[in-house]
Amino acid sequence: MPSITYPARFEFLDEIRDMVADIARAGGFSEKTIYSLQLAADEAATNIIEHAYAGVKNASFSVTCEMQGDKIIIMMHDNGKSFDSSAVKEPNLKADLAKRQIGGLGVYLMRKLMDTVHYESSKAGNVLTMTKRRE
Amino acid sequence: MEVTTQEFKHCDLITVKGRVDSSTAPQFTKELEKATNNGRYKIALDMSELEYMSSAGFRALLATQRNCKRYNRGEVVLARVPDRIREALELAGFTELFRTFDDTTEAVGSL
Repeated sequence: MPSITYPARFEFLDEIRDMVADIARAGGFSEKTIYSLQLAADEAATNIIEHAYAGVKNASFSVTCEMQGDKIIIMMHDNGKSFDSSAVKEPNLKADLAKRQIGGLGVYLMRKLMDTVHYESSKAGNVLTMTKRRE
Repeated sequence: MEVTTQEFKHCDLITVKGRVDSSTAPQFTKELEKATNNGRYKIALDMSELEYMSSAGFRALLATQRNCKRYNRGEVVLARVPDRIREALELAGFTELFRTFDDTTEAVGSL
């Protein structure tokens, strides 16, 4: 199972998206879905860097990505502050310009783009697991 | 990511190329603010060569649209949005907040 540890810095989002794309492409996903997978992985990693490791220097987290049958599994493991994405309220997409909230949009996109999004927090850290079946 | 601005008499045409994510969004925001800080609130954004945009980019678009539309002084319109980015914008409910055009000239002319 390929697992890569990345520094918790936004400059590495590019590499995380590339890693996910390579595995999804080899797994037979369409380019359209690969874009969705990259976006979901980016939003997840951004949340870890921005929230779990807010104010923490030299932090890192690992990304594991693999195919299981016709399903891609993207897993991220961090040791930062736990951030329960299931507790994030859905953004009001009908709100007008002035009232539109941008917070929670990343989590919302992850849920919409993936088949399953699961978050678990324990002494061993936080684990986010997202899956999507090949169309 | 690369941003270029072309000033017309009545509006700015801003072209953004490459990828906008949490790493590059601050620079994207800065480029948009260059226009608004100069009192340029009518902005057409050419996205035809944009390869990728995450919610960090959406956030920059939203902030700029809010700023431009204040006091009815202007607006941000989007031109030639690539399909995948359009789908993500739709998913985020953003397509209702921006007029979009398939043609840059049309977008500029609409302002």
